[in-house]
Amino acid sequence: MSELISLDTFKVTETEVRGALERVKVHDVDYADLYFESCITESVSMEESLVKRATRSISQGVGVRATAGEKTGFAYSDELTKQDLEIAADTARYIAKSPAGNVTVPVPVHAKPKRDLYPVPQGQIDISTTDRVELLNAIDVEARRYDRRIKNVMASFNTEYKIVLVATSEGTMIGDVQPLSRLQVTCIAEENGNRQVGSFGGGGRLGFAFYREGDRYLNYAREAARAAILNLSAVEAPAGVMPVVLGGGWPGILLHEAIGHGLEADFNRKKTSAFSNLLGTRVASDVCTIVDDGTLPGRRGSLNMDDEGTPTSRTVLIDKGILRGYITDKLNARLMGIPVTGNGRRESYQSIVLPRMTNTFMLAGDSNPEDIIRSVDKGLYAVSFGGGQVDITNGKFVFSASEAYLIEGGKITKPVKGATLIGSGPEILTKVSMVGHDLKLDEGIGTCGKEGQSVPVGVGLPTIRIDEITVGGTQQT
Amino acid sequence: MNDIAPHQRFTDLAADVLAKAKASGATEADVVIADGESLSVQVRLGMVDRLSKAREKRLGLRVFVGKQSACTSTSDFSIDSLSQLVVQTCALAKAVIEDPMSGLPEAAMMAGDPPDLDLFDSTKLDTDRQIELAKRAEEAAMSADERITNSEGADFDSSAGRVVLGNSHGFIGAYRSSSYSLSVSPIASDPATGAMQRDAWYAVQRKFSKLDTPESVGVEAARRTLRRLGARKVGTTRVPVVFDQEMAGSLLGNLCSALSGYSLYKGASFLSGQLGQTIAPEYVTVYDDGRMVGGLGSRPFDGEGLATKKNTIIDRGVLKNYLLDSYSGRKLGLSSTGNASRSVGESPSAGPTNFYMTPGMHNAQEIIGTVKDGLYVTELIGFGINMVTGDYSRGAGGYWIENGELAYPVEEITIAGNLKQMLRDIELVGSDLVFRGRIASPTLKLAEMMVAGS
Repeated sequence: MSELISLDTFKVTETEVRGALERVKVHDVDYADLYFESCITESVSMEESLVKRATRSISQGVGVRATAGEKTGFAYSDELTKQDLEIAADTARYIAKSPAGNVTVPVPVHAKPKRDLYPVPQGQIDISTTDRVELLNAIDVEARRYDRRIKNVMASFNTEYKIVLVATSEGTMIGDVQPLSRLQVTCIAEENGNRQVGSFGGGGRLGFAFYREGDRYLNYAREAARAAILNLSAVEAPAGVMPVVLGGGWPGILLHEAIGHGLEADFNRKKTSAFSNLLGTRVASDVCTIVDDGTLPGRRGSLNMDDEGTPTSRTVLIDKGILRGYITDKLNARLMGIPVTGNGRRESYQSIVLPRMTNTFMLAGDSNPEDIIRSVDKGLYAVSFGGGQVDITNGKFVFSASEAYLIEGGKITKPVKGATLIGSGPEILTKVSMVGHDLKLDEGIGTCGKEGQSVPVGVGLPTIRIDEITVGGTQQT
Repeated sequence: MNDIAPHQRFTDLAADVLAKAKASGATEADVVIADGESLSVQVRLGMVDRLSKAREKRLGLRVFVGKQSACTSTSDFSIDSLSQLVVQTCALAKAVIEDPMSGLPEAAMMAGDPPDLDLFDSTKLDTDRQIELAKRAEEAAMSADERITNSEGADFDSSAGRVVLGNSHGFIGAYRSSSYSLSVSPIASDPATGAMQRDAWYAVQRKFSKLDTPESVGVEAARRTLRRLGARKVGTTRVPVVFDQEMAGSLLGNLCSALSGYSLYKGASFLSGQLGQTIAPEYVTVYDDGRMVGGLGSRPFDGEGLATKKNTIIDRGVLKNYLLDSYSGRKLGLSSTGNASRSVGESPSAGPTNFYMTPGMHNAQEIIGTVKDGLYVTELIGFGINMVTGDYSRGAGGYWIENGELAYPVEEITIAGNLKQMLRDIELVGSDLVFRGRIASPTLKLAEMMVAGS
């Protein structure tokens, strides 16, 4: 089971924590919390067959927050003395009009999360640099062995070991240990002056052993090399509206961009999202059911508790095409009068809590993936993507394919390069006509950006058919 | 809050850490210490939405044990913790492979007496004042037009900080800098359909007194938002494309990534091996100037302690310089261009300082006037750029141009091409260069791109 995180980890006392909370929680303040964080990150990287870079960083600090109505006051410090806590508390309280000292905060009940989704011992994250170096060296050899047109291999292995503790004015004090690791491989292939790139990677709230299981790290190397070689023969992407089949797993980024961001509660409370006021209405075809689930063991987007100490959950966003739920943190749930879903997340003690996704995916349907491809006469089959982005106000989103093929006469034919898909969030899922039975989650490399904060997330998708979407390429069709 | 920690304390600390590194077996080392404080306020619909205040400090150490090296960083400046950090860093370095190209720049190359680039303003704005400025900006946007119905808020941020860099050659340098920024994001609704559009405008300066008025930022934000109402798709077609200043700046940002020495020596840039080649028309000239007085990208020395300078990047179409630090320079057989950029705790990389294209003769109106049927791009989204090949395909929005005039707004389209070709296709360069950040460009017209729509 997960550990009980002691205040000693941060060299503060319960009296100091309670003192700071009482200083913030004045009459007009609805809620206050302190978020203590200690984080060690390590990274080694390889290029030109040399593991020549290694970095390690240690950070520790506290974020103090108060909310009053719609207002949020926030301050952080990398010093954890009584005086620093008090200065931060006074700043956070600035949003409230009432003077200090007339509200008592309950004695915190010190708890640990009720489950352990990532039981990774520290030793499995804090492995020796020599082991990391050996892993990357083997990747280099494997990728170059795959094809002699592979001219450069870049790989990096990153780990993070984060300990957090949240103390709230509601009288809870709860901590979590959050390990995270990621292995990423990029290959450059060259043939007759044509240079192409391919990438692959994976990770999660996992220890080092994961990458060695079944030689998974070598498979990453082969996949990155395969993608680079494939792109050597890729033709220019078509431009225009056409049916598109998305493969399972990472193409779930479509859901993250097209739907997920638009359903974050802050945008809906402020009515700045294209999905505002659409709750209970049809926004997708009835073959689409989409959830956000922070409770999957070991996944990159999973958490025992969110950064406000709320247990994460599985939230149904769209049920058979009908919009059913929002993703919430405490502030927005309170202001909107809807349930807290455990999606209050922050990049670090230096950032403010925002409603954020965890792992967002579509449930499996009953179509056969081969039938889905066969159903398309002329279109695109996309299996891997780079990044995506959305303008939540007008709902327009884009995402860029890194591995895609033409479908001609119901068959996958040539690989294409440089295809970008663009669509409208509230419309796109109404054009999904077939959903495969092959739900796949991504490999664990996703990072989501919002208001300058990055957090790890997961996505997933079965094979789906979108009847029409605009494909941006250079080739007129 | 207290003042930023005194200069002398960090200079001494840097010297102390360097001495410890030597004692732990480092043959060379450098230390970066950064500290700063910031205050951010956001108001939304006239009320305070968010207020955030911070003080932070961080120390980064890079050691070389012979030709092996490692980087570490910490926010804990206690003597015990720093001693431990030094030992760990040296151990980390010994675990990686020897890299014959690694090492500090040569001692003789370190920057001399740094000039005062006027990067610091001691004006301290109190919280209420910042709230008032943000409120005024948002109010100007909200009252500009009744179709402005909502707001994502207005932000006013101020920050001040210091950088101290020292290395085992005996170099020690320090500078202070500040910045003040204001931005507004209004939302407009189409009275006919209820469809919403958001856009934003901003101002950022090192000196508070140089910042645009809140009213002018708000009014411009409203204008940009309103002009998006009623946007439609257009058909898939190949046409001339005019990039407004902001979007032209984003193209120059892509150029910077391709010019980074690190992308180049790995063969991960479409500009590999192009030095001395003609890559753009002869009316295209681009500079990177680290010594621009008051510039948002200016600094007296780079992340390795080398003097920054004004470099010609593209001279009348010919690629003259990459952006290099000493490591990527050695890898390419060239000298550092003084472009080492360094975040605390990371090894240096290479990036721009103040990077800009020199203005041409025509204003934006005249440029648009040369297009019979084409696209004026004011918005780009997504990450569809492949730096290795230069392939470019991004979501876009803006205006359709008909017979030299802006006809109607467009959205949900993409533009695609290849950056190599796009540089060659620059047909007209605007006269309207304005620095709004570290990378700036006048309006640009490209001969032709593929637009994908309905």
